[in-house]
Amino acid sequence: MHTTIVALATPPGAGGIAVVRLSGSDSYAVAEQVFRPINPEKKVREAKGYTAMFGHFVQDGVVLDEVVALFFRGPRSYTGEDVVELSCHGGMVIAQTLISACIKAGAQPAAPGEYTQRAVLNGRMTLTQAEGVMDLISAAGRQGAALAQSALNGSLAKTIQGHRQKLLELAGHLAAWVDFPEEDVPQLEQSNLLQVLNEVRQGMTALVDGYGAGAVLRQGVDVAIVGSPNVGKSTLLNWLAGFERAIVTPIAGTTRDVVEQAVMLADIRMNLFDTAGIRQTDDVVEAEGIRRSHSKMEQAGLVLAMFDTSRPLTDEDRELAKLCGNYRAIALLNKADLQPVWDKQELEAHFGAVVEISAATEQGKQDLEQAVRQVLGVDKLDYSLPCLVSQRQLAAAVSAQQALEQAIQAQRDGFGLDAVSVCLDDALEALYQLSGEQASEQVIEEVFSKFCVGK
Amino acid sequence: MNHLGEYDVIVIGAGHAGIEAAHASARLGAKTGLFTLSLDSVGNMPCNPSIGGTAKGHLVREVDALGGVMGKAADATTLQSRMLNRGKGPAVHSLRAQIDRTAYHQYVKHFLEQTPGLEMKQAEIVRLDVQDGKVKGVFTRLNGYYGAKAVVLCTGTNLGGRIFVGDASVESGPDGQHAATLLSDCLRELGLPLRRFKTGTPARIHRRSVDFSVLEVQPGDEPPEPFSFLSEEDGVQNKIQCHIAYTNPETHKVIQDNLHRSPLYGGAIEGIGPRYCPSIEDKIVRFADKERHQIFVEPCGLDTEEMYLQGMSSSLPEDVQNQMYRTIQGLEQVEILRPAYAIEYDCIDPTALKLTLETRKVQGLYGAGQFNGTSGYEEAAAQGLLAGANAALQVLGKPEFILERHTSYLGTLVDDLVTKGVMDPYRMMTSRSEYRLTLRQDNADERLTPLAREAGLIDDTRWQAYETMLEAKTREMKRLQTTTVKPTQLNPVLEEAGLAPIERAATAAELLRRPELDYPLLAKAIGWGDGVSRRLAARITTEIKYEGYIARQMRTIKEVKRLEHISIPEYFDYSALDGLRLEAREKLSKIQPRSVGQAGRIPGVSPADLAVLSMAVASLSTAPQKEEADD
Repeated sequence: MHTTIVALATPPGAGGIAVVRLSGSDSYAVAEQVFRPINPEKKVREAKGYTAMFGHFVQDGVVLDEVVALFFRGPRSYTGEDVVELSCHGGMVIAQTLISACIKAGAQPAAPGEYTQRAVLNGRMTLTQAEGVMDLISAAGRQGAALAQSALNGSLAKTIQGHRQKLLELAGHLAAWVDFPEEDVPQLEQSNLLQVLNEVRQGMTALVDGYGAGAVLRQGVDVAIVGSPNVGKSTLLNWLAGFERAIVTPIAGTTRDVVEQAVMLADIRMNLFDTAGIRQTDDVVEAEGIRRSHSKMEQAGLVLAMFDTSRPLTDEDRELAKLCGNYRAIALLNKADLQPVWDKQELEAHFGAVVEISAATEQGKQDLEQAVRQVLGVDKLDYSLPCLVSQRQLAAAVSAQQALEQAIQAQRDGFGLDAVSVCLDDALEALYQLSGEQASEQVIEEVFSKFCVGK
Repeated sequence: MNHLGEYDVIVIGAGHAGIEAAHASARLGAKTGLFTLSLDSVGNMPCNPSIGGTAKGHLVREVDALGGVMGKAADATTLQSRMLNRGKGPAVHSLRAQIDRTAYHQYVKHFLEQTPGLEMKQAEIVRLDVQDGKVKGVFTRLNGYYGAKAVVLCTGTNLGGRIFVGDASVESGPDGQHAATLLSDCLRELGLPLRRFKTGTPARIHRRSVDFSVLEVQPGDEPPEPFSFLSEEDGVQNKIQCHIAYTNPETHKVIQDNLHRSPLYGGAIEGIGPRYCPSIEDKIVRFADKERHQIFVEPCGLDTEEMYLQGMSSSLPEDVQNQMYRTIQGLEQVEILRPAYAIEYDCIDPTALKLTLETRKVQGLYGAGQFNGTSGYEEAAAQGLLAGANAALQVLGKPEFILERHTSYLGTLVDDLVTKGVMDPYRMMTSRSEYRLTLRQDNADERLTPLAREAGLIDDTRWQAYETMLEAKTREMKRLQTTTVKPTQLNPVLEEAGLAPIERAATAAELLRRPELDYPLLAKAIGWGDGVSRRLAARITTEIKYEGYIARQMRTIKEVKRLEHISIPEYFDYSALDGLRLEAREKLSKIQPRSVGQAGRIPGVSPADLAVLSMAVASLSTAPQKEEADD
């Protein structure tokens, strides 16, 4: 790592302060050229790690801003290199000027994720921890951040290590048994073999299954709002969004396109898609809208289906309810303030939950939140448990899971233990990939290309 | 000093490594000299009178597939043959044959004498002539000099050899041969990193002193299978039986009580012994809770009464040996002909070698066998072939012959040696290969013969035999995949074998996938394939039964190959790569891996180091990446 890199470490845009971060062997030399301490006795070059200095950002002898400099000495820094963080006043202009000055003084602009990449390359964190950082940065809600934090602490790494140890012991026994036929090595108990394979497979399955719910928390979920025309979908959207986003009129079929709105509900980021009411129609524009509604249901992670309890259920309503049986869906019985004319039991079979609300009078939000958590499986999620945070990890876990299934299958089908042990090797390999201990270069590149600059 | 001759390639030592090295070199057309301390010990088996065993059997087949000597010589002198691990799956089936050791020596010596372009000389080499970092020739003990463009060191346990029996310690090679005591100094002067390893062998006893009536009989397989792809299927017969005896608590007590008299535990032996072939003392100490250990009583030949006690190697004093062996049921009256002994010898740290087995330090100097830190005849033979071939290829100005891990156990062995180094004598094991299912002993020819043919190691006779086999195999595979078998055809056969009938018609290949069905049974219904030998039938069966698992492994190999083909320039400067951790920098500079894939296998090189390295290699504009097409 010959270069010293610089980038903005805080989010771009207006803010109280902006932090410009330097990392590399010349960090102090670069900082010295752009930062002048208030106390002339103090020298940037001599600053010890974990200290701060107050001073000015000076360019061509002109003081441009007040700056606090934080000093870190490698290897005790985020990247493991010498790091200087310059906190200037917020706003893009001054921060950009400071960065330009640093570049002029010999620093290179950092590539996306380069700070964390250096941290990994310098042994300051493991690959899984790095992925956790990336995830933490982009986590979409409070709970998502908690999940990312658990990956960062290495609890995933620990769990994988535990599974790996079990498989290694099996593989070791199999190897000895095969390689030393003349040494009386006891044959592996079939039941023990199957038990361990099953245990680890279950561990993998738990990780893979947890990924969906975890991903919901980290990335949010697409929610399709469906229902007959004029059942109050747009009203719901507006209620949840807190302002009038979709056009609300009493004429059925007003909403002809899918409207997007992101809201926080139950601490989950939800991308709401209002859809055209679903009914038989001859109107070409509306028909297109309905087609899109169906396709949105296909893609969404959650379907909110609205029904009007003050009107009898139509055939179309029943059709829709049936369709919802294929998705993770919640039935919203709207207009609960009016007298219901049918029994909600009729719908229960098709939905994960049935909630009574009144979008117009804004009643039932708590029940809705509860139902959302339950249907998305988020309420069962234990933040202290390890959790996969990236597609790459998911892929490795799935491949370990499959290899173990094949091993179990090979054993059941009466294949020789050599087939079992080959699958076992594959599972081990996948676990090494998962923990990042045997990562190929593509994996590393893949991980870091997703970072935003300055992290 | 007398200048006595000139060779392209000189091989020092005529053990199992030297034999293959000299033969491969001569086969490639290099004028080859094979030097031995004694022509009466060419191809000697100073330890067990057997060839093959787990993973070692694979190596013998690979040597054969590469055109080597060992398989044919073993088949010609087999006393008994067994396929080990039969119940453990085809990937780990390993052939092992008891060998008539005198006959083996005679066969090999005569075979080499008849090899064109190969001259054998009885002489001790005491010094190498090296000028400007290049090998030029060798000096003999009797003041002779032979010029050479390349030299292969196959010195076995003779190099600096010293044997130990109790408190007695004598400068000696194996089996009473004299030790080569002078060459080591010269190698050290050349800057080659030498170290001391140790191995051992059990006593040879007289047949008449054994009570076979109380021992378990271990018969050979019927029909026995030959090693060589060229041998007739029925070309070997079982001529003898082996027997199994067991140690008991009394044996263990004798050993425990006398441990202080063992040079190993007394501290006289400094060399490191093989973890995977321990002496009986080691076994008793390390596995104290084990009540008994197996011993195999194996005849050494048809024209001798000497028997070998596999599993009982020792360096205890002779009186303790007598006492110890006599505690064993069946050996109460044992008469020892040759005592067990431990032997220490000089060998090289193999990380000083390249994948061609050439030393990095001296151009044209190669090593093979125990000299490279391995143990076993088969490991030696395989390396000998590779080293001899590369020595000749270099002299002839042809491309080097390197086997990648996924091609063979030999490739795996060499990669392990030069990349990871060894802490104790290296023994081949199936678990060392991540490609067990594709690196089977039955398909060694398909894996290696085409590569060897390209390098010039395969003569027309073998090549034609190979092509004939391949045609038969392709034809038969097609027949099995396209022949539909009706229940009426197969069910009588199944019924006769006591198996459940099938209900629907299926292709022969689909049927063969069933665990309970094998080829001979199926053949009863659809006829035996044209030109399909028993061996080929077994190979076809394995490939069909394990198709899914083999395909899985092939995918892995394909992925791995990508990294193996990102090559690193030969004199790459790791010290300039600041991103590497210090340990990785040192290791990489020492091993000088050829590819990013190999670099990743060096202990102490982390994925992070690998990432730095691949970035650096990728940025080298002078070294365009070699992306090879699927092959």
